Amino acid sequence: MRKYIINSIFFLFIIGIIVSCQNQETIDLQNYMSNGKDIYKAKCQNCHGENGEGLGELAPPLTDSVFLKTNKNRLACFIKNGANESLIVHGKEYKEKMPAFPELADIDVAQVMVYITNSFGNKQGFVPYSEVSKDLQNCK
Amino acid sequence: MNKITAYIATCLLVVSIFTACKQERKLPFYGERHAETVRDAAGIEKIDTVYQTIPNWSFLNQDSIVTTNKATDGKIYIADFFFTSCTTICPTMHRNLMTVYNEFKTNPDVMFVSHTIDFKYDRPHVLKKYAKKLGVDGPKWLFLYGSKDSVYTLAEKNYLVAVGEDSTAKDGYIHQGYLVLIDKDRRIRGAYDGTKEEQVEQLKKDIPVLLAEYKK
Repeated sequence: MRKYIINSIFFLFIIGIIVSCQNQETIDLQNYMSNGKDIYKAKCQNCHGENGEGLGELAPPLTDSVFLKTNKNRLACFIKNGANESLIVHGKEYKEKMPAFPELADIDVAQVMVYITNSFGNKQGFVPYSEVSKDLQNCK
Repeated sequence: MNKITAYIATCLLVVSIFTACKQERKLPFYGERHAETVRDAAGIEKIDTVYQTIPNWSFLNQDSIVTTNKATDGKIYIADFFFTSCTTICPTMHRNLMTVYNEFKTNPDVMFVSHTIDFKYDRPHVLKKYAKKLGVDGPKWLFLYGSKDSVYTLAEKNYLVAVGEDSTAKDGYIHQGYLVLIDKDRRIRGAYDGTKEEQVEQLKKDIPVLLAEYKK
């Protein structure tokens, strides 16, 4: 009987840890999303639109989940350093230059990236700041 | 019986007062104005108000064709100042202006005129590429290129929009994002902040009001 009680307490403890871990990630995600939205409004929305719809052939939409997924490790570089190459989004070619945003700190880049990849119909989940920092060091 | 008649009379009176109060909405006139004595057709002298008008202009359009104010004769038009490499307010302005363009593109009495303030880079072929990528084709929306002096003077003195070069600004230029509504007599009848959706909605409502003035 005693063993049974100790075991169940132990299991409850483990479950408690897992649940609280998940909660921490959910909290982080919400935190990134709300800060990311503010940064998006200030830096990205002019060209990419309130709902990530883009602007004609001048600025690509941010709704191509496949593009976002295949270029996952380059997104942070695009956000911080801009883009000066032609990109295929939703099967269309976009050749305009995207400006750099050197004023964004790594954490800002991470937050706005998480916001974009989890808005406008995208759902790619949370990416911690540390991973984004790594991506930024490997920018070409 | 008498009571009913009196009641109906009161109702009619109230209705007529209300309809009398409902005036046709008219757009204001912007800019300077002065009084001038003019003679009407019968030769009688009277005092009239003269409003500020847009002077003659001549610029290159996106097809490198010399375009003058004659292009807007008999039309109302919406003018704005922008540059193609602008990453701040211009994309929003033109995103909003596109919705106006799409609503009125079949109306032959409405035109759009965008002046670039980047006299160094925005040559006509750059403007052409920009227009195409924005989704605009044809002469209904003019993208005009001119010398710094001519465009900046026109902006500040005539359209009342502040523009300028500023080396400290991110893209090198600063300007206001007004969409200026000009009537068929080249008078300024409205100025709307092109970065604010509700003001652009107001512009869409004001265009028919202005057009109605000429339908008499």
